Amino acid sequence: MVQNKEYKNKQKVKDAFISAFIGFFAFVWIFPILWTVWTSLRPYNDIISYGVFSWPRHLNLDNYFHAFRVMGLTHYFLNTLYVTVPAVVLTLFLGSLIAFVVSRYSFRFNLSLLLLFTAGNMLPIVLTYIPVFWLYIKIGDFFGNRSLLYNNYLGIVLVHVAFQVGFATFVLSSYMKTVPKEISESAIIDGASVFRHYWNVMLPLLRPPLAALGVLMSCWIYNDFFWALILMSEDSKRPVTSALRQLQGQYITDFNLLAAGASIVAAPTIILFLVLRKQFVSGLTLGSTKG
Amino acid sequence: MKTAAANKKIRSRRSLSRNDRFTLAAFIGIPTLMQIIFLWLPALITIILSFTYWNGINVSDIKWAGLANYKNIFFGTPVFYEALKNNIIWLLWFTFLATPLGILLAYQIDRKIKGHKIYETIFYIPVVLSLAIIGIIWNFMLQPGGFVQGVMGRDIGNAVSIWGNYSINTYVIMGVASWRHIGYIMLLYLAGLKSIDSSLREASAIDGATEWQTFRKIILPTMRPVNIIIVVITIIESLRAFDLVYIIYGTSTAWPLLNILVFQNFAGQGISMKGAAYAVILLVLCIGPILLYLRNVFKEDLK
Repeated sequence: MVQNKEYKNKQKVKDAFISAFIGFFAFVWIFPILWTVWTSLRPYNDIISYGVFSWPRHLNLDNYFHAFRVMGLTHYFLNTLYVTVPAVVLTLFLGSLIAFVVSRYSFRFNLSLLLLFTAGNMLPIVLTYIPVFWLYIKIGDFFGNRSLLYNNYLGIVLVHVAFQVGFATFVLSSYMKTVPKEISESAIIDGASVFRHYWNVMLPLLRPPLAALGVLMSCWIYNDFFWALILMSEDSKRPVTSALRQLQGQYITDFNLLAAGASIVAAPTIILFLVLRKQFVSGLTLGSTKG
Repeated sequence: MKTAAANKKIRSRRSLSRNDRFTLAAFIGIPTLMQIIFLWLPALITIILSFTYWNGINVSDIKWAGLANYKNIFFGTPVFYEALKNNIIWLLWFTFLATPLGILLAYQIDRKIKGHKIYETIFYIPVVLSLAIIGIIWNFMLQPGGFVQGVMGRDIGNAVSIWGNYSINTYVIMGVASWRHIGYIMLLYLAGLKSIDSSLREASAIDGATEWQTFRKIILPTMRPVNIIIVVITIIESLRAFDLVYIIYGTSTAWPLLNILVFQNFAGQGISMKGAAYAVILLVLCIGPILLYLRNVFKEDLK
């Protein structure tokens, strides 16, 4: 008994030490973000005349207002919205279709289908770049409108869907396997069509994983700046993350303004994560820790 | 009692009406067609293109090159080996430092040490940020007139170039990459740890096992499925590493990676199918871990 108590005390001291150590580590981790926000609150001239570590003489939100105005961030945020919302909705819809068929009907090709989608999600993206680019231009020319897919939101939405749908399918199908088969059977006995079975019976049950995936994918697609750099020829159509990257070159000397811009663009995903943390985590782990 | 029928999937293809069969075909057909057109077909075309000469404009200009692109890469392009070296450094760093740190962090946070909730949040925040923002944040920290230079006592006039300094930029890049990777691994591992029965751990503590013994003998073996996934993620992320370095150096080969070389040949001055060959080399390196992942995930279904 005494030994046990001693052990517990020792452990307590050790835990306090570990906690302090991780705490220090955590501070180092968050520091670059805090520093960026701090910088964004100070005017450029303060830093120029008094140095980086000087005591702040002015602290205000001027850089934020200025960033919205000169960088035209509202416009770019709208572009992001045009890409993210349709891409997430379409990905979840198409993913749920495949997951529904694979987990509720037994066709011989079920497993191959699931493999096709899951493996597709892991392909190196660069493998598709040249043909997709070329395909977009050719499809556009074929319909007499070169910017049907290239330099168009639709084109960006489609590549995002193609790349994310594998993950959605995988997560949704593993979730659906946990839904009792009896529910489907009673639906079929009641004479429900395949569509009703999907829409009225299964889809409502999928709300938790759909919410989790929705949050996670919104974040991923929001954060992507890459496809837009390749598939958008006009700067004004690019989403906010790509725009930020352009603006970095333009405002490189005024880093207080740039800090404000970066903070504004970072805010939506950080807020999303803090508010919907449960969905975030379960979306990520549904896909990775099955079994 | 469960009936046999309830366990089986609905085997009623013959009893499906025409309408239902049509619906099912559309349910499968539309997503699959999209997946094939925008993903698998382009991937296949890139593999074929890697054996050709082409400038990416007119299809009629495509000329068969055989293995010329690969020969050129393996025997005539020293930067390829530099890139390979950097990818391997990345892999080693992640395998032996970043990933174990993420696991260790998850283990400690799971023990509910003081402040575990806030720590978890802090370590995960870099993961939700766009690389475009991460690039800006770290530029602030490191550029002339930035925080790190200030701490080093160098003002704008006599700043050291951190990105251009070859003895330190590797460490800096690895540090920033870990800034994201550790939180990601931590979260994945944490989710797995939560499903472990806590009595297992208590029992081993009562038996007098040290923490390290508990971790090695109890936690690690129970976490086998998650371990495999984390190994796969670590390897694949290291091989396709790209964004962070692209943000810093663009398509220049100041700190080459395989993926950067692909882009240099695709998006640089002129398009060259050497880029396709680099992409295929990348694919070949990724196939092992991808198969490992698929086998792990579909273990039961494959039986």
